[in-house]
Amino acid sequence: MELVAIFVTAILINNFVLRYFLGICPFLGVSKKIDSAISMGLAVTFVMTITAAVSWVINHWILIPFNLDYLQIVSFILVIASLVQLVEMFIRKISPPLYQALGIYLPLITTNCAIFFLALMASLRDYSFLESVIFGVGSGLGFTLAIVLMATIREQLDLADVPEALKGAGIALIVAGIMALAFLGFSGMMK
Amino acid sequence: MSTKTAGQEFAKGLWDENPVFRQLLGLCPTLAVTNAVINGFAMGMATAFVLIFSSLVVSSIKKLIPSQVRIASYVVIIATFVTVADRFLAAFFPPISKSLGPYVPLIVVNCIILGRQEAFSSKNTVGRSLIDALGMSSGFVLAMLILSAVREILGMGTFLGYQVMGPWFEPWIIMILPPGAFITLGILLALALQIERKTKSRK
Repeated sequence: MELVAIFVTAILINNFVLRYFLGICPFLGVSKKIDSAISMGLAVTFVMTITAAVSWVINHWILIPFNLDYLQIVSFILVIASLVQLVEMFIRKISPPLYQALGIYLPLITTNCAIFFLALMASLRDYSFLESVIFGVGSGLGFTLAIVLMATIREQLDLADVPEALKGAGIALIVAGIMALAFLGFSGMMK
Repeated sequence: MSTKTAGQEFAKGLWDENPVFRQLLGLCPTLAVTNAVINGFAMGMATAFVLIFSSLVVSSIKKLIPSQVRIASYVVIIATFVTVADRFLAAFFPPISKSLGPYVPLIVVNCIILGRQEAFSSKNTVGRSLIDALGMSSGFVLAMLILSAVREILGMGTFLGYQVMGPWFEPWIIMILPPGAFITLGILLALALQIERKTKSRK
């Protein structure tokens, strides 16, 4: 039950994009087409899941036993950077079509603050290994949901008559604001 | 090599290349911690500290860093200063550190900082990099102050905790919640673009 709560909360209530403002760069940058939004979302979910697992291991097996928790920031960022590199090489070997589809989005994930925040948050909330992984999957799916919804709206927005100054990032942020407003409605769902 | 004068180098960060309004960099902290002026200001100052010191270090050792591993080296340098800032806030300003929470460590992945190292400090002298970092930080702090002032005044009727609106004022709670951040920034971006277009057409 606890795990289900973490999962649903991560997707709907504490949505990384709309509640914590994380991963805004890809959220605005890669949300012009639905296809690329889906690829980006899945790539992020993938990396998030692995990051949640690996950072838990590093935190609980190395940093905490040796009292090195002040090195958290440095070690998490290094883990994420090398992990993304590894995942990139792995996907290129295993599935070239998937690699093609993800393209430039994969390396960009390193600078996605959502991943880093996930590692910090899991350690801050003292999640167990399983909880961390569930939290990672849920947060990734939440990100995917937000970016795909945004892409659907933006494809329609191309046809709309937007004031000149609001075009581009301005209107995208206002749309995100309205989406965040809608997502606030979920907050009553979980006690 | 940049050919601007020192003054121009500083001023470009304030408006022409303002990291938030013009380059759309570092939006995560900009949106997340601007629900009160004090938080926005503290975040701005912490980011400024990290940016200035990282620029100093990167520009002074730029010849020693092999270009293949430069991004990783920058990240380690930045992460070191972020750890310093994080510990400093936690030791001397515990309430602020608490309300900023995990957003202080998140300065590591703030694209403004990495962007300036890659685009400027790695190619320019220590002095110029310092001026550039000072200008960019001021631009960032300025943007944080504007955004958080709008949100705090409309959302709570206060400025830095002091009541500024009369008792007739009904606070717009939505402004201090996440949707308010997105909408305020969207409108401010449009405003900045409009001012830019007006000044351009006058020239």
